[in-house]
Amino acid sequence: MIQAIAFYLFAGLVIASAVMVIMSRNPVHSVLWLILAFFNAAGLMVLVGAEFIAMLLVIVYVGAVAVLFLFVVMMLDIDFAAMRAGFIKNFPLGIAIALILLAELLLGVGAYNAGGLELGTPDGAAAQGIGQSNIEAIGGLLYGRYILLFEIAGIILLVAMIGAIVLTFQPPKPGARGRQDVGKQIARRLHEATVMKNPEVGQGVEL
Amino acid sequence: MTEFFQNLGLSYEWAWTVSTLVGIITISLLVMFAVAMVIYVDRKVLGAIMMRRGPNVVGPFGLLQSFADGLKVFLQETIIPSAANKGIFLLAPIITFTVALAAWAVIPFDAGVVVSDINVGLLYILAISSLGVYGVVMSGWASNSKYPFFSAMRAAAQMISYEVSIGFVLVCVVLFAGTFNMSGIVMAQKGHGLGIINGFFINPLLFPMFVVFFISALAETARAPFDLTEAESELVAGYQTEYSSMSFALFWLGEYANILLMCSLCTLLFFGGWLPPVEWAPLYWVPGIIWFLLKTFMFFFMFSWIWATVPRYRYDQLMRLGWKVFLPMSLIFVALISGYLMATGHFG
Repeated sequence: MIQAIAFYLFAGLVIASAVMVIMSRNPVHSVLWLILAFFNAAGLMVLVGAEFIAMLLVIVYVGAVAVLFLFVVMMLDIDFAAMRAGFIKNFPLGIAIALILLAELLLGVGAYNAGGLELGTPDGAAAQGIGQSNIEAIGGLLYGRYILLFEIAGIILLVAMIGAIVLTFQPPKPGARGRQDVGKQIARRLHEATVMKNPEVGQGVEL
Repeated sequence: MTEFFQNLGLSYEWAWTVSTLVGIITISLLVMFAVAMVIYVDRKVLGAIMMRRGPNVVGPFGLLQSFADGLKVFLQETIIPSAANKGIFLLAPIITFTVALAAWAVIPFDAGVVVSDINVGLLYILAISSLGVYGVVMSGWASNSKYPFFSAMRAAAQMISYEVSIGFVLVCVVLFAGTFNMSGIVMAQKGHGLGIINGFFINPLLFPMFVVFFISALAETARAPFDLTEAESELVAGYQTEYSSMSFALFWLGEYANILLMCSLCTLLFFGGWLPPVEWAPLYWVPGIIWFLLKTFMFFFMFSWIWATVPRYRYDQLMRLGWKVFLPMSLIFVALISGYLMATGHFG
């Protein structure tokens, strides 16, 4: 009973907020609806007993990715008139994408109705997780059976990160001002930073 | 408590729901009461360090000051700036407040005294605390005003930066405890130091992580010396500038509930939670909740002490500390600790 109520609540909210993401006029509102959608998807994950995935969904998508989305979108200077003017121009492309998505969905439903996918015989390694906690099961699979794929994914991400840094990094110009050396700042002492002058009246000081 | 409601004739799932609801309401009320008291303590400590009296008029020793302030704020007019984005403007303080309370669901006050003893308790706290930034960012944007917006930008960058190193510190603790469950982490600390001392802080590999965690907790809750988001000398009051009345109070309460949460996390993760500091029989006569509250209060005192004594960081220093000092340091310690645990056969 309660499970059913919770499921329909979460599922309904996911769909409603996903619709609001594309319906709302203000991009900031869109991002906020997207966050609500993520959050309810995490709720669905909890319902099927995958609490680890649910928490990761919130930490990674809501806590990091969506914050960056919001960060960028908030700083946009939105011109609503220009957005509406672009509507006609982008309409054919949008329709094409929508049709492709619809076709994929229909294909997916058709394949699902045709029965389960048979790519090979199921083996014991994947079913190991029964009776374990989520974290142990996922850890066992990621660091056991799929260690190579996992490491490759990690290396690809690392390369992507280094690439992003290399592309945007600007080496400091020699002798540029405004650069700070924290060690130097901390090592500075009173007697090096100040001088005592005792000028004659009307003479002034020369520094 | 589920059994109690089952005895009243409810089916198991409804009994569970009702008992959880009762637990949520109890914890929320207790946390709010604790927040009111620590706001008073904060002002008293600050006053003592500045050689003033602090609040001393309302009630005995000024104990009722926070309640008087709450009443005052409640009676004030809510002003919504005409250029603000009204929905988000009103939603922001509610989010801050709700998120600050939601994390308390997995905090064990004593053995078994917890609303929800889930397996992924620590991850839940990490997930919930990563939501805290939305309240600040949304309020900054929705206020449609320059200073709140600056503050929101600062808050977003600051919280993301320090969450990374907090995450790695938590990984270190979890490696030692072998569980994400909060009660499990506390029990793993029983007799950790030579079988006598309860707490991970005594471990030379974990003590530096405790220091990193404590400082990151200051940054995460935007307390001095990292209170750049509401730096009054530069940004008026930061993201709270346009808020008044109850919406302002919600920010304030949420902020202090977060600070208390961070203090209790320090207690649970490094100082043995409800366990007495030393494995010594007479100390076990004191109820666990007293130890928990004492330790949490000790950390809160350190928070206000630091507030009163340390000047504010500059923004570039803040970023440098987060990314160039804490992140590499916590990464090195994750590697060190996993290496140590593998070498000593901790995992069997």
